[in-house]
Amino acid sequence: MATISLTVNGKAVSATVEDRTLLVQYLRETLGLTGTHVGCDTSQCGACVVHVDGKAVKACTMLAAQADGTTVLTIEGLATGDQLHPVQAAFREHHGLQCGFCTPGMIMAAVDMINRHGGPLDEATIRHELEGNICRCTGYHNIVKAIEAASAEMAGLRQAAE
Amino acid sequence: MGLEGIGARVVRKEDKRFITGRGKYTDDIVLKDTTHGVFVRSPHAHAKILSIDTAAALAAPGVIAVLTGADLAGDRIGGLICGWMIHSRDGSPMKAGAHPAIAHDRVRHVGDQVALVIAETKAEARDAAELVEVEYETLPAVVDPAHAMDADAPQLHDVAPNNLIFDWVLGDEAATDAAFANAAHVVELDIINNRLSPNPMEPRSAIGYYDPSEEHYDLYTTSQNPHVARLVLSAFIGIAPEHKLRVVAPDVGGGFGAKIYIYPEETACLWASKRIGGRPVKWTSERAEAFLTDCHGRDHVTKAKLALAADGTFLALRSDTIANIGAYMSTFSSATPTYLHGTLLSGQYVIPAIFTNVKAVYTNTTPVDAYRGAGRPEATFIVERLVETAARQLGMDPAELRRKNFIRSFPYQTPVILTYDAGDFEGNLDKALAAVDYAGFAARKAEAKARGKLRGIGFSSYIEACGIAPSQAVGSLGSGVGLWESAEVRVNPVGSVEILTGSHSHGQGHETTFAQLVNERLGIGMENIQIVHGDTDKVQFGMGTYGSRSGAVGMSAIVKALDKVEAKAKKIAAHLMEASEADIVMEGGELKVAGTDKKLPFFQVALAAYTAHNLPAGMEPGLKEGAFYDPTNFTYPAGTYICEVEVDPDTGKVEIVQFVAVDDFGRIINPMIVEGQVHGGLAQGIGQALMEGVSYDPQSGQLLTGSYMDYCMPRADDVPSFKVDHVTTLCPGNPLGMKGCGEAGAIGSPPAVINAITDAIGNNNLSMPATPAKVWAAVHAA
Repeated sequence: MATISLTVNGKAVSATVEDRTLLVQYLRETLGLTGTHVGCDTSQCGACVVHVDGKAVKACTMLAAQADGTTVLTIEGLATGDQLHPVQAAFREHHGLQCGFCTPGMIMAAVDMINRHGGPLDEATIRHELEGNICRCTGYHNIVKAIEAASAEMAGLRQAAE
Repeated sequence: MGLEGIGARVVRKEDKRFITGRGKYTDDIVLKDTTHGVFVRSPHAHAKILSIDTAAALAAPGVIAVLTGADLAGDRIGGLICGWMIHSRDGSPMKAGAHPAIAHDRVRHVGDQVALVIAETKAEARDAAELVEVEYETLPAVVDPAHAMDADAPQLHDVAPNNLIFDWVLGDEAATDAAFANAAHVVELDIINNRLSPNPMEPRSAIGYYDPSEEHYDLYTTSQNPHVARLVLSAFIGIAPEHKLRVVAPDVGGGFGAKIYIYPEETACLWASKRIGGRPVKWTSERAEAFLTDCHGRDHVTKAKLALAADGTFLALRSDTIANIGAYMSTFSSATPTYLHGTLLSGQYVIPAIFTNVKAVYTNTTPVDAYRGAGRPEATFIVERLVETAARQLGMDPAELRRKNFIRSFPYQTPVILTYDAGDFEGNLDKALAAVDYAGFAARKAEAKARGKLRGIGFSSYIEACGIAPSQAVGSLGSGVGLWESAEVRVNPVGSVEILTGSHSHGQGHETTFAQLVNERLGIGMENIQIVHGDTDKVQFGMGTYGSRSGAVGMSAIVKALDKVEAKAKKIAAHLMEASEADIVMEGGELKVAGTDKKLPFFQVALAAYTAHNLPAGMEPGLKEGAFYDPTNFTYPAGTYICEVEVDPDTGKVEIVQFVAVDDFGRIINPMIVEGQVHGGLAQGIGQALMEGVSYDPQSGQLLTGSYMDYCMPRADDVPSFKVDHVTTLCPGNPLGMKGCGEAGAIGSPPAVINAITDAIGNNNLSMPATPAKVWAAVHAA
């Protein structure tokens, strides 16, 4: 058993977990944050992507014990109150989701992708960067459009702020 | 068209909860005192179960019960069923072997369930499952449908000698053979339609709960059709009568057919909850389990041929298919290779004589059932590969050969049962040719050649029958259920509306499109409309969502119920405004007296219906109407897809440089959502053509593609952006003129891709999936 303390979506939490408990299990089953999904068991699908200390991580591939002392952001913590994050808003505006199951991981991966690259992203970059996230509904067409639009909007916001 | 009415690109109402992580899928639901179930599964493709020792597992920490097939049989729980009767050409009924929810004496595929371990936590259940000792006597296995009927093939079910379930025919064999005998040209193909795993991203999950105080069961499950699940679990499997069983399908993360069926796992969890004294039993599939147990799709082996006159006129088509059903007959497994397949072999063409023979066989593999398109992709692949091959053989332009043979007048009675009601096949083709710049192809090919790349173009003019469908017709063909749909419109006293529908949304966006219909009819804002579905306690009955039926059938039921609401509202309005009922018109959320300035907002009429202070004499209070809608025909979406590829001859890698899809879906409620359906279908069809294929070891029967490391799912980098457009001929068979749009992409695209690659490489001998290794070999064999 391991005792862990971390910050999840801005709140300090601590717990005693089995050594084998995955971060995604801790988030879903202990904290009840069921927006982070499990779509496979080989770290391929990306439905479980969250941010750990600001970087995209597949929460099925990290032990809860390894998250001790970190800051975790899940899909539930991405919006600011009723104000959607630009990537969330773009997924809605561009119909970048259908069944919604891969969506939290897609959005968290997209936010990370945009943060890493800065500037507006082109289609080829987005498609390449999405290799760790599988969607079965959309054929990716509108996911790519949504990320393109959000990356342009976020670049504009950054520029305006500077 | 209003801002939110029919035809508007309204962003989806349901998205808010999904993009903020607040969707509620089955595995997200935690009932009080939940226990966790893990299945012990067969590691063998075929074996006798000699003994099961559960003692060590039962003694493990947290374990509540270990249940076996003997326990299930002891409680007289019935086996799973196939709900569509097919008769063989000799008139005999199909030979369905028993399918217990937990195997009793024999296992027939890797992953067959042999015990259910229930514990306080999932980890404890998983640990204990390792301790269940099963003694097997292994038997030889057969996985290849082409060898299932061999004299020395292992036998799966005693009721089905030679593993043959049925030997089904459709069409006029003598006329077809005669046409071939006299044809100027005959084109022949051997086709393997590769076996696929549907892979909705949400794994299947179930929570069974028996409440001893009420003697009532609840089942939360990842289902596309909760009412059908309740019917089968009650009437056939016999767990509880329908009034003592509630089935809830909450948010469901994709289906594509794989979540239509009534599976062993939800059956076992529901039954087990009573066995352990009334605590919820929850099971959630892992992806590895999903590959082993979610029904697969396709898996046909076909010999096909097309007869043509000297000028390219089609004369006859014949196909002979062996369809792999897997180890057991799944819920609708018999319908897919027969009436959803043979009936589409006329394609978009006048073909005077057609004959098809389908032999369905058992093998030691996961059951096979409907997967997006279900039989229609297999038929389309046969027709469109034959037509393209014929064009090459006769030296004709593939577009013009299609145009020459298109059906042009409707209704058109095909030689294989269906009556096409409307379409504009030439319109689809012309629009697609323009979008792809067909005239410029030769120049693009030459330019690619200069770069060392092989460029090819391929067509597919598909038609499908969907909006499944007329109850009387499907009943006469063997369906065990009617395929109508129900709806109820509840107008609240404040004028807001709830629509209860038997359709189920698992990505299709019904909460938006159904609300758009209500907005169009009643003039109510989208925020005041709630779509209720997926709960048998709320919606009285329904047939669910599959076969692209929610628009054409589900929305038609809503239209019928709205008609009744409108009629009653007009009566009330006429009474209140002292006008003639015939003079009342409904417009923009108001009931008006034509030719005057008298009017009442809809919500005031709704309130009047409930206060009942001043209603027409004899009228019942309230404003709530229900309807059942049963169509008189299928709907027939059709389109032309054109794929343009570049092949690298050094590596065999195929790049799709252009994909154009022109579809005729009749009336479109929300173009944004319809385009999304096409995109998704195209990616699945391209996946089938280039990447996906379930593979079994031929000797051991082990599944070789059991994870995303081995089964090649299309990623963002594997598919292009698509050019999607529409031609519109309204469907005459339903009130909105709608055709289904959910499956077209997956039906039409595989032959377009293969036609394009074979055009590029100059070798027509290429099977799906056309992986780089296969394409490279084909390039160098040419």
